[in-house]
Amino acid sequence: MNTLESMTKQDGHPIEPLLRMDRIPHIWCPGCGIGTTLNAFVAAVNKLDVDRDKLCVVSGIGCTGRVAGYIKLDSFHVLHGRAIPFATGIKLSHPELNVVVFSGDGDLVSIGGNHFLHAARRNINLTVILVNNFIYAMTGGQVAPTTPVTAYTTTSPFGNFEPPSNIPQLAEAAGAVYVARWTALHIRRLTKSIVEAFRKPGFAVVEVVSPCSMYYSRLNRMGEGIDMMKFYHKNSVIKHGEPTENLDIKFQKQIIVGKFVDRERPAILGSSGGPDAEAEP
Amino acid sequence: MSLVRTPYDIKKIKVPRGEVHIVKERCKGCGFCIEYCPNGVLALSDEYNEKGYHPPKVVSPEKCLSCALCEVLCPDFAIWITLQGEVEAKIGG
Amino acid sequence: MAANPEDVFTGSYYIDGDVASAYGALAAGCKFLGGYPITPSTEAAEAFAKRAPEVGALFVQMEDELGSIAAVLGASWSGKKALTITSGPGFSLMMENIGFGAAMEIPFVIINVQRGGPSTGIPTRTGQADLMQARWGSHGDYEIIALAPDSPQECFDFTVKAFNLAERYRVPVMLMADECVGHMTEKVVVPPASEIEIENRKTYSGSLQRYLPYKRDKSLVPLFAKPGDGHGLYITGLTHDERGHPIGDRDLRSSTARFLVDKIRQNASQIIELEEDRLEGADVVVVSFGITSRVALKAVESARRQGIKVGTLRLKTIWPFPEDKIAELSTRVRGFVVPEINYGQIAFEVDRCSHGNANVILVPHAGSSVHLPVDILGAIKQVAKDTKPYASVVSYKTHLERQIFG
Repeated sequence: MNTLESMTKQDGHPIEPLLRMDRIPHIWCPGCGIGTTLNAFVAAVNKLDVDRDKLCVVSGIGCTGRVAGYIKLDSFHVLHGRAIPFATGIKLSHPELNVVVFSGDGDLVSIGGNHFLHAARRNINLTVILVNNFIYAMTGGQVAPTTPVTAYTTTSPFGNFEPPSNIPQLAEAAGAVYVARWTALHIRRLTKSIVEAFRKPGFAVVEVVSPCSMYYSRLNRMGEGIDMMKFYHKNSVIKHGEPTENLDIKFQKQIIVGKFVDRERPAILGSSGGPDAEAEP
Repeated sequence: MSLVRTPYDIKKIKVPRGEVHIVKERCKGCGFCIEYCPNGVLALSDEYNEKGYHPPKVVSPEKCLSCALCEVLCPDFAIWITLQGEVEAKIGG
Repeated sequence: MAANPEDVFTGSYYIDGDVASAYGALAAGCKFLGGYPITPSTEAAEAFAKRAPEVGALFVQMEDELGSIAAVLGASWSGKKALTITSGPGFSLMMENIGFGAAMEIPFVIINVQRGGPSTGIPTRTGQADLMQARWGSHGDYEIIALAPDSPQECFDFTVKAFNLAERYRVPVMLMADECVGHMTEKVVVPPASEIEIENRKTYSGSLQRYLPYKRDKSLVPLFAKPGDGHGLYITGLTHDERGHPIGDRDLRSSTARFLVDKIRQNASQIIELEEDRLEGADVVVVSFGITSRVALKAVESARRQGIKVGTLRLKTIWPFPEDKIAELSTRVRGFVVPEINYGQIAFEVDRCSHGNANVILVPHAGSSVHLPVDILGAIKQVAKDTKPYASVVSYKTHLERQIFG
């Protein structure tokens, strides 16, 4: 949403035309970053000027997966981990639809990891907004493949001992053409990134590092959502084009954000426009 | 003598002014808007809303620049800004 | 043999069914839990994760349910007792591996804390609709054992029993709890280790060259040997013979597939456990299990006060189904009332085993809460009154259904 132009007389929050208002208030906790990410997404949709009837949102199970229930577009709340194959099915059978996958780290990279890798390999034209709160929040705070080493969760009561996934590296290695990471605090840059990811033909991933005030930050004594936002403010550093192998997130250490991958690759049927049209069989 | 020089094109600069709208019942007291308002327009109020949280209150309405950072940061869609026109820029305000 | 005292947290607790199952698993000597969080079973994995280091057990949260059950099969095959804990959607994901475990005769336990379904369903509320899936979920012919606890204390006891049955028969054993029992907090007494009976799989101790992995004795259960013992095992899910090698197309005579079914069917009488009350001279028998059996008690008391001769049969073991018992009862009672939190699963089994001798009325429930005792009472009165035989299972119209559908 453009702050200076479209905001003269409004009767409500500018996001309200795109929200299912009968389901508000939503279920997310105080200080959760998902509402903020949803705000940034709607701001991006407004900027893109895309046909709303041709825009679909697919989300999986989890806290972020609830986005499908609140956004007023054709939205699909599918099974755990299967948002990406479901979106693949939509996109392949109706290439004129714009499909956005909006789901969490556990949903997309753990149980959905296989599908994530293959969609990136196929370079199918999807925009993936991956909200990473480093934990399985909806089910009560269990360890996730993105949880940093030594962090406490309910199923790592003595500290997580497994090395976590590095999502930008995974996405790049599997073949994604656009990979960016921002935190929930970098809302303007996140909006811009979502716009770019949407416009990019091919598999585009935007990772959003988001506070989880009820579980991740509480179980690790890091305060509430606002304290995590302050942490992101102080400890995130923007490094566009940084090699993805340097993008590990260590527990309570620096977070590198920015746009890391923006390239061209041949794509499966279903990509809209772009030089990859020649790659079709 | 002021140490800040008045820019020559100050008459051409127009500073937007915004009006803050808060839906108190939606607020969950996270504090994002208060913390990240660049001009300190908001502060935590002492009153309670229905859910028992302290919503923000506008303490310096004349300083709102309509940047709408609070609007995009709020996870509960409880605060937004409407543009109230523009005023002339002046030093220190 | 008695349990290992180091594995047993003897004492009196006020815990929920999920945590009690975790304690039961550890008491039975379970040393591996491969799990994935799913409401309403997650508390069991969390409790196991917290206590596992004390007893030398390992908890690993796998990337999904498929990974969990595959890890459990591997752990069990390598000699440790292994467990996974899940609910409806995860249970569905595990089906192929359950068939694999059944075909290879790997002992393991799955705790399914059932929730409202189908699909994502009602994650935080109860259901009892996975019972047929437990029995028939995977493709092909095999048999499993399923138990249904009705309280946190039984969650503890039955988990120990589940491991014993799994080890004895080398078969998947499912503990079909429901969210109500799993999330209910009650007193659970963990007895001293000397009072807990556990069984271990029978292992082969003969010469290395002569081990046949699927050779059976009268009990129809083969002797176990684990990798690392020097046997050079070849294990496959392909239909195999006594050596464990896949059979040729026409070689069905050497296939051991028949025994996957026989070893349970022929030993059913030793596996099945029931709780009976006043079945002698009863006109109506209420067949129930899990949390529903507790709700049914109130209805049964009211019916008895009104003069109806009601007996109760609580299924502690759901599979193998007590076919003989139901068949025998059907010859001397007027009818069965089967309340269950689903739209008809065990009721059809009761009807099948009655062979038309008795009426069967189902008291259904869509899930997310338990029955109203008044509905079960109404069904009891209806069966006591009806003299004409029903053509098939009759579904009782509950208060909720009347409100919704008129």
